[in-house]
Amino acid sequence: MSEPIVKFQDVHKSFGDIKVLKGINLDIKPAEKVAVIGPSGSGKTTIIRMLMTLEEPTSGDIIVDSTNLWKMEKKGKMVKANEKHLRQVRGDIGMVFQHFNLFPHMTILENCMTAPIHVKKENKEEVRERAIQMLDRVGLGDKLNNYPSQLSGGQKQRVAMARALVMRPKIMLFDEVTSALDPELVGEVLEVIRDIAKHDDMAMVLVTHEMDFALDIADKVLFLDEGVIAEQGTASQVIEHSTNERLQGFLHRFRR
Amino acid sequence: MVTINAIIDIAPQLARGLSVTVSVLLASAIFAYLMAFIAGLSRLSKNTFIRKFTGLYVEVFRGTSLIVQLFWLYYAIPMLFGIQLGSNWWIGVIAIGLNYGAYLSEVVRGSILSVAKGQTEAATALNMSSFQRMRLIIFPQAVRMMLPEFSNYTIQMLKGTSLVSLIGMTDILYYGDIIRSTNLSQAPLVYLLVLVFYFILALPLIWLTRKGETISKKGVAS
Ligand SMILES: Nc1ncnc2c1ncn2[C@@H]1O[C@H](COP(=O)(O)OP(=O)(O)O)[C@@H](O)[C@H]1O
Ligand SMILES: [Mg+2]
Repeated sequence: MSEPIVKFQDVHKSFGDIKVLKGINLDIKPAEKVAVIGPSGSGKTTIIRMLMTLEEPTSGDIIVDSTNLWKMEKKGKMVKANEKHLRQVRGDIGMVFQHFNLFPHMTILENCMTAPIHVKKENKEEVRERAIQMLDRVGLGDKLNNYPSQLSGGQKQRVAMARALVMRPKIMLFDEVTSALDPELVGEVLEVIRDIAKHDDMAMVLVTHEMDFALDIADKVLFLDEGVIAEQGTASQVIEHSTNERLQGFLHRFRR
Repeated sequence: MVTINAIIDIAPQLARGLSVTVSVLLASAIFAYLMAFIAGLSRLSKNTFIRKFTGLYVEVFRGTSLIVQLFWLYYAIPMLFGIQLGSNWWIGVIAIGLNYGAYLSEVVRGSILSVAKGQTEAATALNMSSFQRMRLIIFPQAVRMMLPEFSNYTIQMLKGTSLVSLIGMTDILYYGDIIRSTNLSQAPLVYLLVLVFYFILALPLIWLTRKGETISKKGVAS
């Protein structure tokens, strides 16, 4: 058994008086594909936003690749991580957002090249080659010089995936990446994720409402409910064989 | 025709003020843009002192009139502190620049704040530093949004330059006043020509405003 690449240890998160997460414990192994399901407002987005360093946990530890994400050692004491520490750990993680968040002032090729060039200081020509490869892989090799506003939602989301992948993260986070799309565009995006999941060896955390998709690609499924992981196991255990009543009620609403 | 002759007579005299009007406009526009970015970014600074201090500058200069500021710099400060700020050309440029810089800094600040939060988050997820996020992602989008307002205020600045005639500068309006005072019956024609002069100067700026609007529509909204 390899060491987990991500560990959540008793992680709590409140927004003001509202307790959103009440003690999350979670291990994610390298290359493991984890699907997170649960009702709206149960804290799924909050979990991955904390991992992406976009939201700070109220208490508890998040360990990424053996390093504490939100805390660092200073004069023998653990203190709140500063931006420099966060940047060191954050490089391992990539994220795809529900609403794409492409950079509208850049072509899609530039969208994919900016971070490797400026953040990782990689050679521009090598980055260009890799970005083109990646855009080819997501089926957008013929749109390199288009602007995001010229693309469909499904195409935008595929660019967003290419943009994250070019950074070669060890962990990829997907937050309901198909839920802002027209139904007929969902398939093309899931297809790309399926391809990544089957062929790449990074860990993946997917918040999704696509149960069949989760059954197909997830090694592990978490059911998040009322701020805790109410159920976890293999996809088949959680989605097909669980006896948890709230989970069954939840699933019922999605599989008519 | 008497009128045509009068026009031929008056126009060249007004034109002598062109260089002052145009040079004051160009210099104070550059100064105002500079102040706009410095103050606009300072108001978003994490440092409370910098934020409050620039806030004070912006409120004072927006809250009082340009003509009073001009008189302060020209008459009051030299008397009170015994310092000469420079020629009246410089004083005009500084007053107009500081005044419009204050207005424009609000445009800069507002545009930066109105870039969607998702943009910062996407840039953070790509591990950009806060400086890179500003330089590569936020600022370029904000500048596109600023363009129409910047050209709008530049047109206003052109009109504002006419105040420098009050501190003895020989701009278009100054010559207009001179001609009128020597030949009162021609006042309507003189001021009509002054209007025409300002309007012709404003034309390229109006064109730029249109252009800016098109660019800013293209560049944002994903
Ligand atoms: N920035 C925030 N400020 C206040 N409340 C928030 C914030 N983000 C999320 N919440 C609240 O936290 C809860 C969980 O949100 P979220 O993680 O987005 O749930 P999910 O993704 O499962 O739908 C919701 O009740 C939401 O209103
Ligand atoms: Mg969510």
